[in-house]
Amino acid sequence: MNIVFFMIIVSLFIAIIFFILFIKSVKSGQYDDMYTPSVRMLFEDEFVEKKEDSLTKTKPTNLTK
Amino acid sequence: MSYNVISLQLKFAPIKKCMPKVDCFHCGAECDSKPIIFDDKPFCCNGCKTVYEILNENDLSCYYDFEQAPGAIPEEIKSKYAYLDNELIVKNLYDFIDDEISVITFYIPHVHCSSCIWVLENLDRLNKGVVSGIVNFPKKEIRITFNNSKTSLRQIVELLSSIGYEPYISLEDTSLTKRKTDRSLVYKLGVAGFAFGNIMLLSFPEYFQSNEFWLERYKPLFRILIFIMVIPVVFYSANEYFISAYKGLKHKILNIDVPIALGISVLFIRSAIEIIFQLGQGYFDSLAGFVFFLLLGKIFQQQTYSFLSFERDYKSYFPIAVTKIEKDKSEVNISIYDIKEGDRLLIRNEELIPVDGILINGNAQIDYSFVTGESLPVSKKSGDKLFAGGKQLSGAIEMEVLQTVSQSYLTQLWSNDVFAKKQQNTIKSLTDSISKRFTIIVLLIAFFAGVFWYFIDASMIANVVTAVLIVACPCALALSAPFALGNMLRIFGKHKFYLKNAAVVENLSNIDMVIFDKTGTITTNKTNITYQGLKLTKDEIQLIRNLLRESNHPLSRMLYEYLEKSDKIEVTNFKEIFGKGIQGEVDGIKIKLGSEKFVSGSTSNTLQTTIFIKIDDEVKGNYIFENAYREDIVTIFNELDKNYTLRVLSGDNEGEKEHLENILPKDIRLIFNQKPEDKLEYIKKQQEQTEKVLMIGDGLNDAGALAQSDVGIAVSENTNVFSPACDGIIDATNFGMLPKFIELSKGTLKVIKISFVLSFLYNIVGMLFAVTGNLSPIVAAILMPISSISIVVFVTITTNYIAKRIKFT
Repeated sequence: MNIVFFMIIVSLFIAIIFFILFIKSVKSGQYDDMYTPSVRMLFEDEFVEKKEDSLTKTKPTNLTK
Repeated sequence: MSYNVISLQLKFAPIKKCMPKVDCFHCGAECDSKPIIFDDKPFCCNGCKTVYEILNENDLSCYYDFEQAPGAIPEEIKSKYAYLDNELIVKNLYDFIDDEISVITFYIPHVHCSSCIWVLENLDRLNKGVVSGIVNFPKKEIRITFNNSKTSLRQIVELLSSIGYEPYISLEDTSLTKRKTDRSLVYKLGVAGFAFGNIMLLSFPEYFQSNEFWLERYKPLFRILIFIMVIPVVFYSANEYFISAYKGLKHKILNIDVPIALGISVLFIRSAIEIIFQLGQGYFDSLAGFVFFLLLGKIFQQQTYSFLSFERDYKSYFPIAVTKIEKDKSEVNISIYDIKEGDRLLIRNEELIPVDGILINGNAQIDYSFVTGESLPVSKKSGDKLFAGGKQLSGAIEMEVLQTVSQSYLTQLWSNDVFAKKQQNTIKSLTDSISKRFTIIVLLIAFFAGVFWYFIDASMIANVVTAVLIVACPCALALSAPFALGNMLRIFGKHKFYLKNAAVVENLSNIDMVIFDKTGTITTNKTNITYQGLKLTKDEIQLIRNLLRESNHPLSRMLYEYLEKSDKIEVTNFKEIFGKGIQGEVDGIKIKLGSEKFVSGSTSNTLQTTIFIKIDDEVKGNYIFENAYREDIVTIFNELDKNYTLRVLSGDNEGEKEHLENILPKDIRLIFNQKPEDKLEYIKKQQEQTEKVLMIGDGLNDAGALAQSDVGIAVSENTNVFSPACDGIIDATNFGMLPKFIELSKGTLKVIKISFVLSFLYNIVGMLFAVTGNLSPIVAAILMPISSISIVVFVTITTNYIAKRIKFT
């Protein structure tokens, strides 16, 4: 059963690694803006290549609200 | 009617399809009768059309697909941003700068939808020098990285302005201490949460004292691990409670943090002794959970509206630089702080006057609405004194500086004591006043329980006394206020009523007097125009309108907009006499418009703003410009009058006194001609008579009064940009809900009181375990989270409920 010793140390070690990653991500400002990325990820390369196309092109759905 | 108009309408008829009104494709504003049609789309003005063109040419027309009409009319810029070329002035604006790359963050008030994010993040399409732009939507900020060699700061700002996203650059941005987000609370919560989870896991085996062989063998290891993990929780995560308790005791105040700190230390010391001397497993799991929940409550209470600034002073209104005219007539841009007495400054159209001075030349029409709330511009002639804070409206003027920025009349207001005092003013909150009695009672119970056990079993004294102190740790008590107030803050925010912090809700529920500023607060910034005198025919109105077209005076512009649209007729012999009026001939008919003295030669002592009209030597009558009162003003006053003493303090003359007396409840005192200091003094006097004052104002001149009052709320037409230092900002559109907001804060306090009673009940149950010497770690570990969580659920549900009920009845 000495394996329990080992397992507890390992699990705590892993927990601490994740904890450090959490602190790091907070520090980098990842949680400062919780809204914009959710909008940004829905953008594709919506550049209109030809002007004539702009009217016929299917419109992306409304994103906010 | 003219043939011209009809032909134009015919031309556009197929596109418009007899729609009477069209909204601008770019900004959504209603176009007037002749919209500009470009690319089959209607635009309200050339500015909007230009933005469309710019975006369209650069393949960015998808901007209009995410949201309907997301744009803003671009402001005219010209040389407004010339100062950005001066590296000395702007060097503090940058986040980072080296030879190649610069990084800068702008605050852009117009950011409001996904189209905004999209177009701003694709800025590199419009300017090749831009490397990237990253929008922070909640803060309405964009962080732009650009290449110094390919573009310049000025070009970027001008580009942003030209597409309707003018950044707001003020003197405040140059101060070296920029607002930094404080994340320490998140770290503390992270540590406490981490420890709480792991300690709970390691404590579990011991709860089921099964005396199993292997469990017994690993017990010491578990306990040591738990002990190691709890140390950062006590000394790092919970350190603010110790500091606050110490500060409270130093000022002889028993605040809520005193019993919390006491509970934490007793928990820690007793558990440490138990573990070190192998007497038991201790209460470390309860301790970690307790700190975790407390910090969670704190985060909840710390809700901020980061896009609003409540601590504004003059710095956030003033530009960074001004144009100075040197002796040899050359123009240079200098920093505001470098202005010296006797300097000559050039103030362009729409620019703010940064210092007090004397007008040298030019046609000065100063809009003091930021300062006084008064929407009508004031005319000044050369030699008149100009005060800082006004905005020049008609062309460029030259002025000579009398005082430096820090000595100007407006900035002097900020040296008043109230602005320094406000920060240290510790609000005696409901929680604190209850915790005072609570702490004393707990200590008494601990004492008597100790005495009691001394006679029965002296070995149990330490056990029982510490158990009492542990159970008494007012977790539920400490959580109910933050969650109730924090939730109310969020509900207010949804209705565009933003408070600086949760404590304001509590203060708001305690007020007994409401003082309103008049101009800009109970009146709107719009103006009502009425006519009195001989009736004017349609033709005569046409003549007047045509004459007005020639004048740039703000009153002329306003009246021009107000009068019915007409055809253009040539005006001859036009003459504008500064500060008096205008005259000219339209269709051979002589017309004179302006002040009474200018038009008719006589003067009556009217306090109203008027334009007199004379057509062909006959004085016809006059137009009166009045501030329009907000729609709900009468209902607000009637409703508030039932429970509060109301006052109106106005910086204006008594021109509208009679009118106000007629529409408002009879017992309201109206006080006119109040200077900013007078308002402040008046509130001070009321407070000395133990009145709790709610001040509602809007302009910079109310800043002192707002700071002095117990709760100062600014009414703002545009919450994004202009509002003075205050405790709360209310959007003008929801001003009518003010009585409801006050009622809601009262309801919130009631909820808190009920939840106090509930948490006392929990404490009594815990006490029963404690004084009988039965508080085992497992009882503590169950009782503590249940009480905390149930209280949080209770206050959240009830505050939502009262918000719903009050809104619909």
